Amino acid sequence: MSEYNFAYLDEQTKRMIRRAILKGLAIPGYQVPFASREMPMPYGWGTGGVQVSAAALTPDDTLKVIDQGADDTTNAVSIRKFFERTAGVATTEETERASIIQTRHRIPEAALREDQILVYQVPIPEPLRFLEPRETETRKMHSLEEYGLMHVKLYEDISQHGQIATSYAYPVKVEGRYVMDPSPIPKFDNPKLEMAAIQLFGAGREQRIYAVPPYTKVVSLDFEDYPFEATKADHACDLCAAADSYLDEVIMDDAGGRMFVCSDTDYCRSRRAAGHVGRLGSEAPLSTGPEAA
Amino acid sequence: MYVAVKGGERAIDNAHAWLAEERRGDTSVAELSLAQIREQLKLAVNRVMAEGSLFDPDLAALAIKQSRGDLIEAIFLIRAYRTTLPRFGNSRPVETADMACDRRVSATFKDVPGGQVLGPTFDYTHRLLDFKLAAEGELPEAPTAPPRREPTPHVTSFLRDEDIIQTEPDSDATPRDITREPVAFPADRATRLQTLTRGDEGFILGMAYSTQRGYARNHAFVGELRIGTVAVEMEIPELGFAIEIGEIELTECETVNQFTGSKTEPPQFTRGYGLVFGQTERKAIAMALVDRALRWRELGEDNVGAAAQDEEFVLSHCDNIQATGFLEHIKLPHYVDFQSELELVRKLRREATAAQEAAE
Repeated sequence: MSEYNFAYLDEQTKRMIRRAILKGLAIPGYQVPFASREMPMPYGWGTGGVQVSAAALTPDDTLKVIDQGADDTTNAVSIRKFFERTAGVATTEETERASIIQTRHRIPEAALREDQILVYQVPIPEPLRFLEPRETETRKMHSLEEYGLMHVKLYEDISQHGQIATSYAYPVKVEGRYVMDPSPIPKFDNPKLEMAAIQLFGAGREQRIYAVPPYTKVVSLDFEDYPFEATKADHACDLCAAADSYLDEVIMDDAGGRMFVCSDTDYCRSRRAAGHVGRLGSEAPLSTGPEAA
Repeated sequence: MYVAVKGGERAIDNAHAWLAEERRGDTSVAELSLAQIREQLKLAVNRVMAEGSLFDPDLAALAIKQSRGDLIEAIFLIRAYRTTLPRFGNSRPVETADMACDRRVSATFKDVPGGQVLGPTFDYTHRLLDFKLAAEGELPEAPTAPPRREPTPHVTSFLRDEDIIQTEPDSDATPRDITREPVAFPADRATRLQTLTRGDEGFILGMAYSTQRGYARNHAFVGELRIGTVAVEMEIPELGFAIEIGEIELTECETVNQFTGSKTEPPQFTRGYGLVFGQTERKAIAMALVDRALRWRELGEDNVGAAAQDEEFVLSHCDNIQATGFLEHIKLPHYVDFQSELELVRKLRREATAAQEAAE
C-alpha cells in the first residue's frame, strides 16, 4: 500500500479534517460541516469515523476498533485491517492499551483516560432529523437554541407510553448549549459521555464532525418528574458475572434458551482473566485470537 | 460451554476469495479484456465515468470488470480512486459550440445551421432482439461522410438574438467544487448542476419524469441535444497561455421551456441545462428538466411543493454512492441497538398487560 499516504488520506485532507475537529472541540456539540471524502469503504460503514481516525492517528498510536462493543465483528475487523495496511500502526483489542479507539454503537465499559481519544462512527449526526427532515430548518433551530420540538417529542412519548420511548441514540445537551446525537449508542452508555478522554464524532456521508472535549457536561434530556434512566438487560453476564456491563442477548437453541453476555468483549475477557466466572462460564481463560465463523 | 461466534478475518478472506472466483465465472469461457468492455460496453463505461466523476474509459472498464457489471459498485470504485488523485489545476471552460458533434438534434426547429445529425442512436431502431448478434460475424460498413469542421452554433443562440429566451447571467466567478466543500443550502446553480451531473441516472430520470407528469410541470422542448468531443485546455502559468491537454466526449442538452412570466420576469422561454460525460443522453435530458424545475425561485415561480422543485430533497438524495452505502449498512450488526429496543418493547408490553389486567 506504499502508493497511499500514511493512514490513506493526503496531508491536505487531514489538515482540513483536523481544522474541523478543532472547531468541533471549541464549540462542543456543534456539527461542523467538512468536505468528506469518498473512502474505499461504503458511506454508512464508518467513513466518518475512519476519516477522523486517519486525521488523528500518528505512527506512535495504538488503535483499537470495536463494533457493537466487540473487536471481532466483521466491520471492526475490516476497519482495523484498513489502518494496519495504510498506517502500519500497532493495534490492540485491549481498551487499556489503546490510544485511539474507533467505535460503532458502544462506549467501552472501562473508564477512558486523558491520553485516549474515542472516535465514533455516526450515521445521522442531526438529533432533530427525524422531527424535521430539512437541514436548512434544523440548522436554524440549533442556532436559535430552539429545542422545543425535541421536548414535545419526549413529552408525547410519556403521554403515549408512560415513559420516554427512546432506547438508543438518546439525545443529550452538551455544556448547556447544543442538543447532540451521541450516535446510536444504547442509552445505558449515555452517563459515560462525561469522561476524561476526547470524544470525536465523524459522519462521512452527512459531512459533519462534532466533538465533546474532556470533562464536558453532557446531560441526557429528560423531565424532572420523568428522569433519565440508563437501562440494560436485568441479568448478569453469563460468562464473567459482571452486573454492571451492557449485555447482548444470545439465542441458544430453538426452545427459547437464552444467555446474556457482555457486549464489550475486552471487558468480559479481562474479567474472566481475573477469575470472575458467570452462570455458564468456565474456569479456563478463553482464547482471544480470531476464530473462524 | 458457549463460545461467541467470532466474525473473523478468515471468514472475510474466504468470502473475498469466493467472490473473485464468481467474478471470473466459468473458466472455459474466455476472459473479458478491458478493451472489449471499453469498446463494446461503451454506454456502461460512459455511465461509470459520468457518475464516478472521472473521465477515463480504461479505468471505468476496469471498474466494470472488477464489479462484475454492477455499475453502482463500479462507480464507487472510481469515486474512491478519484478522491486520491492530486489536483494540478483547473481547465478552462470547455467550448461546447466548438464540439465535433457525432450527434446533434433539435426538436424545436425543422432545420438549423449545422443541421440535424442523428448519429449513432438507438432512436428509431425497432426493439427486436437481433439474434444475428448471438453469432459472431463481420459487420457491414456504415456509410461515411466528411465531418463538419466549423463550429456548430447553439440553437438557443437564435432565440436569444430575438430576446425571446431568458439570458443567463455571465460570470467569471470560480464555481464551488462539491468534492472539496460540503454542499450547503440554498445551493447556487453551479453546485446544483455539479451534483446532478454525477447523480444517479435512475434517480434523475425519475425526478425529471415526475415533472413531465405534472409534479411541477414545466413542458420542456429539447432545444438541442449534442454529443461529441471537445478540447480541454489548461492555462499553464509558466507558459502564460493555454494549451490543449486532451479531449473528452460530452453530451449537452438545452431545453426550452414554456414560461408565461411571473412577478419578476416577462413572458419568455426559459432554459434547463444538462451536461454529462460521454454519450449519456437520457441522463443529460433528465438533468436539464430537473435543473429547470429547481430554478423556480430564481424565475419567481410558485413552489407547488413538488419533489423535483425541492433542492434539498433532490441534491441530498441523488448520489447513488451515498444512497447505496447507507442503505446497505443496515446489513451490519445492530444488535446493541436492537437489544435496547427489545428491552423497551418488553417493558412497555409488561406495563400494558398489567394495566389491562388491573382494569379487568
